[in-house]
Amino acid sequence: MNATTRTGFKARSDAALANPTLKTAIDRTTGTAERKRAAALAGFAEYEAARSRGSAIKDHVIANLDHYLEMFERNATASGAKVHWAATESEACDIVIRLCREAGAKRVTRSKSMLGEEIGLPDALGSAGIERVETDLAEHIIQLAGEHPSHIIWPAMHRTREQVAELFNADHKPPPADDEAASMVQSARHVLRGKFLSADVGISGANFLIADTGATCTVTNEGNAELTTTPPRVHIVTAGIEKLVPSTSHAMALLRLLVRSATGGELTQYTTFHCGPKRPGDADGPEKMHIVLVDNGRSEMIANEFRDMLRCIRCGACMNHCVVYRQIGGHAYGGTYPGPMGAVLTPVLDGLAQSRDLPFACTMNGRCAEVCPVEIPLPTLLRAWRGRSWRAGLEGPRMRAGLAAWAGLARRPGLYRMASGIGVRALRLLGRSGWIGSLPFAGGWTRHRDLPGPTGGTFMERYTARGARRPEDRR
Amino acid sequence: MTRATRPRVGLFVTCLVDAMRPEIGFAAIRLLEDAGCDVEVPTRQTCCGQPAYNSGDDASTAAVARQVIAAFEPFDHLIVPSGSCAGTIRHGYPALLASDADWGPRAARLAEKTHEIMSYLVDIRDYTPGGLRLEGSATYHDSCAGLRELGIHDQPRRLLAAVDGLEMRPLDGENVCCGFGGMFCVKYPAISDAIVGEKADTVERSGADMLLAGDLGCLMNMAGKLNRRGSKVRCFHTIEILAGGGNGPAIGEKP
Ligand code: SF4
Repeated sequence: MNATTRTGFKARSDAALANPTLKTAIDRTTGTAERKRAAALAGFAEYEAARSRGSAIKDHVIANLDHYLEMFERNATASGAKVHWAATESEACDIVIRLCREAGAKRVTRSKSMLGEEIGLPDALGSAGIERVETDLAEHIIQLAGEHPSHIIWPAMHRTREQVAELFNADHKPPPADDEAASMVQSARHVLRGKFLSADVGISGANFLIADTGATCTVTNEGNAELTTTPPRVHIVTAGIEKLVPSTSHAMALLRLLVRSATGGELTQYTTFHCGPKRPGDADGPEKMHIVLVDNGRSEMIANEFRDMLRCIRCGACMNHCVVYRQIGGHAYGGTYPGPMGAVLTPVLDGLAQSRDLPFACTMNGRCAEVCPVEIPLPTLLRAWRGRSWRAGLEGPRMRAGLAAWAGLARRPGLYRMASGIGVRALRLLGRSGWIGSLPFAGGWTRHRDLPGPTGGTFMERYTARGARRPEDRR
Repeated sequence: MTRATRPRVGLFVTCLVDAMRPEIGFAAIRLLEDAGCDVEVPTRQTCCGQPAYNSGDDASTAAVARQVIAAFEPFDHLIVPSGSCAGTIRHGYPALLASDADWGPRAARLAEKTHEIMSYLVDIRDYTPGGLRLEGSATYHDSCAGLRELGIHDQPRRLLAAVDGLEMRPLDGENVCCGFGGMFCVKYPAISDAIVGEKADTVERSGADMLLAGDLGCLMNMAGKLNRRGSKVRCFHTIEILAGGGNGPAIGEKP
């Protein structure tokens, strides 16, 4: 419906397609991810069994969500953390800002969290006048560039190393020694280290919420989550309620899937369980720990056709293997989450009218579902959005009229025969040489490719004629 | 083979083959008969309903589905020269009609006896084409619906191995979508073009004379792109080759 967003997606994807540097960056990252994942799975003989188990764990938790949420709250509270409940993204931001103010925070560090992006936390902190320091290297890049993540695992994957060097040279004092990866990491480390230690509040997400211990779990490869959550006086966790698992061993079962599917590693460099604030005798840790559990549309999904999406463990494999994502990158999708999983989630979060293109900008090739470690039937879910879009009348009048005409014919074989016979003859006039180079009403096709013309009358005409002429052919 | 053991199969021609390349339909008949089937082409067929199905118009899809079910339920098997249409009939119809007490079970029964032709020839008929010779090299693209909805991968390769003189070349990214996607390619032509452009690159890099696949939609997309670039690669539906049509005009060549 929304004309601006509609042109929005087209304009954004056109711009992406016209950007060869973006394509280079996407190909480098997704190409490597695809190869590494394939290699990791080749050495993981029990992958299919692990996959079924992972899906079953998630399904079980979703079916008993209240039970596990209560268990988690009880155990987290017992460990000394305080649990907060947020129904919407604005409620979640309000809680975090209030907690920051109560802590008298001027500077907060944040370790990468897509849930934080989903609820708009970076902007909310900015509006509240609280200095935000992103500690994940890629998020640091994004922050310097004033952008949003374009991938859920590698938020800055749309930028080439050369472009990152430019950003660092402009911002870092002193600038990196050269634009080799090692020098740039060194430079970011230098800039960020001081800030880590002077932050009042550290904000992280969670990959898992462990119900039977009340712990939250983060996985990173940079160690920045530990530096975000340990030195500051207050640690705030924001997490979606679907991150719950019954126990640590269930988290481990999912972790094996998550890491292999995301980066092709066997385990992340850092897997940390945060269980309550600093206890007497602990060497370090925050004085206070708050956990903000965010619903933001999730409990509604339990009851509708998008329930399977709640299994998602945010590994990014679906986008790495998506032909559309690999052409247009993440920003063109226009939501927090890109790629196939984003095309399912963005209409939930932003409304279908705002994001109607996403479920349609998909060839339904099914590779996303094939690589999803928790067996989410992404094409089926995208199809469900298409059905909702149709029923809500969001398709344009031309499309509706065209389909109505087609459906009228398709349900009347006799009439269909006549119409297709006429259509084929018309096309044959245009395609005398075999190929049709340009065709009115089919510019979408012929702008980029030729159309092979029909080879003769329709099959049905020829089959009937053959039957009449050569009955012996019919047996 | 005695009459009693010859299955009676209904050929679902598909709307694209009907209009654009009837040769594929005739190739299907030839192969099915050679594999010991009695083939009929019910006249009350038009399209499997994908234009509506992929647009979210479930009511129109269900109407078309009921028509296909009624036309084909008398047969032992419904055979279709397209993985995408077979996938719709096998998976789409039962899901769409699941809550219908009458049509739901009928859709499920038809789904069970619906087969894409290459998988039917190999898996059910254990068929190997005989006496085929074609000089040249070919590469094979796995169309997505056939590959992922129906598990068609080895069957076309096994059938093509029976063609003497035909050298099969590997295709880099053989399981990667060609960017056709039905309505997708006209709704998002620029994205589709970028995808099929990469596919055309890999096809040309394979060095094969011919590109084969099992779905006419994908083939028209890839052939159209290859031709626009001036490529000499010739495109055929696999069953045209198997029915001995490899020396005839390829997709887009003047008949
Ligand atoms: S939908 Fe599946 S593949 Fe995609 S991010 Fe979620 S878990 Fe990973």
